[in-house]
Amino acid sequence: MQYPDVFNQEISLNKAVHIYFPQAIPLVAYIDESCLYLKENKCQICVGVCKNNAIDLKQAPVTKDLNVGAVILAAGFEPYDPKVRAEYHYGEFQNVITSMDFERLLSSTGPYSGEILRTSDKKHPHKLAWIQCVGSRQVIEGGNSYCSAVCCTYAQKHVILTKDHDADAECTIFHNDIRSYGKDFERFYDRTNNLPGVRFIRSYTSIVKEDPVTKNVTIRYSTPDDGVKEEEFDMVVLSIGLNPPVGAQETAQKFGIELTAHQYCKLNPANPMETNRRGIFVSGGFQGPIDIPESVFSASGAGSQIGELLDYRRGKLSIERVYPEERDVSAEEPRIGVFVCHCGANIGRVVNVPDTVEYCKTLPYVVHAQEQLFSCATNSAKEITDVTKEKGLNRVVVAACSLRTLEPLFRDTVREAGINQYYFEMPNIREHNSWVHSKEKEVATEKARDLIRMGVARACSLEALQEFELPVNKAALVVGGGVAGMSCSLSIANQGHEVYLLEKDSDLGGITRRVHSTLDGMDVQEYLQDLKRKIYQHPLIHVYTNAVITDATGYVGNFVTTVKSSRGVAEIKHGAAVIAIGADLSTPDEYLYGEDDRVMTHLELEERIHAGDEKVANAESVVMIQCVGCRNEDRNYCSRICCSESIKNALKLKEINPEMDIYILFRDVRTYGLKEDYYREAASKDIRFIRYEENDKPVVEPGESDEGKPVLKVTVTDFVLGNKIELDADVLALAAAIVPSEETNKLAGQFKVVLSPDGFFKEAHVKLRPVEFNTEGVYLCGLAHYPKFLQETINQAYGAAGRVLTLLSHDIVIASGSVCQVDEKKCMGCGACASVCTYGSLAVQETRQGKKVTVNPVLCKGCGLCNAKCPTGAIQLKHFTDDQITSQIDAMVAE
Amino acid sequence: MGEEQLLQEKIQQICASPGASNFGDVLVVGGGISGIQAALDLATAGFKVYMVEKAPSIGGHMAQLDKTFPTNDCSM
Repeated sequence: MQYPDVFNQEISLNKAVHIYFPQAIPLVAYIDESCLYLKENKCQICVGVCKNNAIDLKQAPVTKDLNVGAVILAAGFEPYDPKVRAEYHYGEFQNVITSMDFERLLSSTGPYSGEILRTSDKKHPHKLAWIQCVGSRQVIEGGNSYCSAVCCTYAQKHVILTKDHDADAECTIFHNDIRSYGKDFERFYDRTNNLPGVRFIRSYTSIVKEDPVTKNVTIRYSTPDDGVKEEEFDMVVLSIGLNPPVGAQETAQKFGIELTAHQYCKLNPANPMETNRRGIFVSGGFQGPIDIPESVFSASGAGSQIGELLDYRRGKLSIERVYPEERDVSAEEPRIGVFVCHCGANIGRVVNVPDTVEYCKTLPYVVHAQEQLFSCATNSAKEITDVTKEKGLNRVVVAACSLRTLEPLFRDTVREAGINQYYFEMPNIREHNSWVHSKEKEVATEKARDLIRMGVARACSLEALQEFELPVNKAALVVGGGVAGMSCSLSIANQGHEVYLLEKDSDLGGITRRVHSTLDGMDVQEYLQDLKRKIYQHPLIHVYTNAVITDATGYVGNFVTTVKSSRGVAEIKHGAAVIAIGADLSTPDEYLYGEDDRVMTHLELEERIHAGDEKVANAESVVMIQCVGCRNEDRNYCSRICCSESIKNALKLKEINPEMDIYILFRDVRTYGLKEDYYREAASKDIRFIRYEENDKPVVEPGESDEGKPVLKVTVTDFVLGNKIELDADVLALAAAIVPSEETNKLAGQFKVVLSPDGFFKEAHVKLRPVEFNTEGVYLCGLAHYPKFLQETINQAYGAAGRVLTLLSHDIVIASGSVCQVDEKKCMGCGACASVCTYGSLAVQETRQGKKVTVNPVLCKGCGLCNAKCPTGAIQLKHFTDDQITSQIDAMVAE
Repeated sequence: MGEEQLLQEKIQQICASPGASNFGDVLVVGGGISGIQAALDLATAGFKVYMVEKAPSIGGHMAQLDKTFPTNDCSM
């Protein structure tokens, strides 16, 4: 008996007893509700078959009482179910599927092993359509009024991946506004839009019919040029939105917390990780529709707040992990084990893995070779450990994916087997091979052999390395005294750590000093004053105003930063650094800004509204132009907050004078997430939204109204009516782009961190490490990362604090053993290496043999620049020595 | 000395006052990416964490995804 597999969105079948998915944790079989015994009290075949007597069908739920000091509700979200609206024909037309279904089709562990196939005939679709906003931005029975925040970009991802599977596929996205408001999303949108055979069509749609024979699906839509049209597609993907988690109400009742009208957790606007109940925090999708990075840093942030609450219990209940003693294998001949990963079908579908394994067995010093479905799954990793022990392996090669993500896991696996973790090598046969050569199976198999042969050759010459234990200075340095820096400082200090908070201005507050309210009505200045008071009153927070960093040296756990400030010059020693320098508002150079005092930025408008400026309050007509200075060639990103900022101002103006004419000229309205409700409110209050395109921008000129009043004439093309319209404006507000702070470049150099293409600081991993840098011990939050709202900033600031605490709560930190060493005999003391080292780890010193270079290993980051510079080959980077690399090259050219 | 003691006491007060009970463990409800991150951070920072998850595996919806935007990295 087989039943629809829930993990595969019920597209494929599975048995009642099965493993949830190949990389499940824990990786054990379980029995689901489709079990015949559980349903009808029969069968029980599994009980007899299981040799370990592991199955107990009489097992009953056990209630366990836990005493906990705090709770995090990370209940996530539930994908929207389009079955509640019959017009989508989901479950009725076979080739209408949801985006979650499509994810499973794309996945190599999915129902068709990564092939995109139609449900009806198991054929590849060539003409696909995506329908956006399914269940989102709809004020209808069964829909959500809010925007689900992630669908625009995931649909673009689907298109890119579909084109990857089938370069000739025709992909059409039917959309409303395109909301690519996140970091690097605009470029991603462009990338999708520029693919051949891809159409973005701004239109409402309806699914009309299914062809009874071909099972193709017809969609009706309209374009300004062609009017209403019908078009047939092989497959239709519904870009379903996010619902609150199943059982939200029950959870709320159990924990005594309040929900919003949308059934998400009710948040404290000044602290979005806090519920109405003390000690109970919320992170991730239960906060509202958010993307993965926000789910990650709100989790770290909630964790940090728990740290504040329970600091006195820290370390009292946790247990240190112990590894087996390391075996000295330096005198042994290499005994190499090679594990070739299928990565489901990611590698296995392209590379002939069994043949490759046989080939591996012929390589020198290889005493064991085998294939694995997923080397990263818990059972596979355990297998590597076990085989290493059993067969006395002293080198392990895992041919799989990028070592950037999984090397730490496999090093750990090797350590568990009692082998030094540097005896591990990882040829990348996925990103470097099967993904890029997916159409050339034979060549890819050849290449996999080459890559593994090289890896094995390198493994032979690997050496055991010892890592360094460095003491951790318990203080933190926070650069930037805006809301991000202050919130982060407060959370760190509340966990008993000294914080040095630097602000370049004479006062704390950053750009928030100019913000007066949020869309949901929070009094921002009151909040800011309260935050500042907490900072100044905290005995562990030392504020340095008018601060300039003149020098920054050191390394994780042991930074030394020299600061010139109103306190004089200080040398600050700290274990961690947080960059929270915020961002600037650009100065528009168009639309008469700076030439006519009726033209102002959206932020200036907010200030003038708050100050009761009569010119603004008495204006008959206000025009707002969005995307001024961004979403263009020079600044190819969306400043994220401007649509909501303008709507906030517009609503305030309507409060002052309901008769005021307000026009918002936009390209896409990006009131993502729960802010969509305010867009709707604005539209309902007669605030007029007029769309313009980048190549047909509004034109602003001074002029006169029909009544002879001096006004600004704003001319814009109306795409709905198809003609030019002229608006008279008493006030023109420009949604000026948010740009990286001036200090960004200098600070990046000082702390050895990198920037994204748009000039904001670049995090270590866009999804999984959103508040830290690849440079260890340096963290990031607030607008320095990317434009964002106050609540997002607060989430992220606490998130950075949480990550800082994972470092500062320890007495020591481990530094890599892969550092430089100098062969003094070869070194001629020229100092060329020292001149290129950006970490200051090299110094030329006078010795009896003349000038020689010495290495401070704890400062060395293993970048290898000095190796390339050294004219005599005297300086070598351990783990990447000339011998190791030439052995790889020799192995490559040998055949 | 006296001043430092006072300071220490004040710090103790600030740090200890919110947690009235003596329970130092943390419960994380949900084993998706957010719950996992919270649990890892808290455990690394010295707390004992209990995680409850309704599905047979942790990973949540992210485990069902193939790749993640905008880098198209493997979601697993």
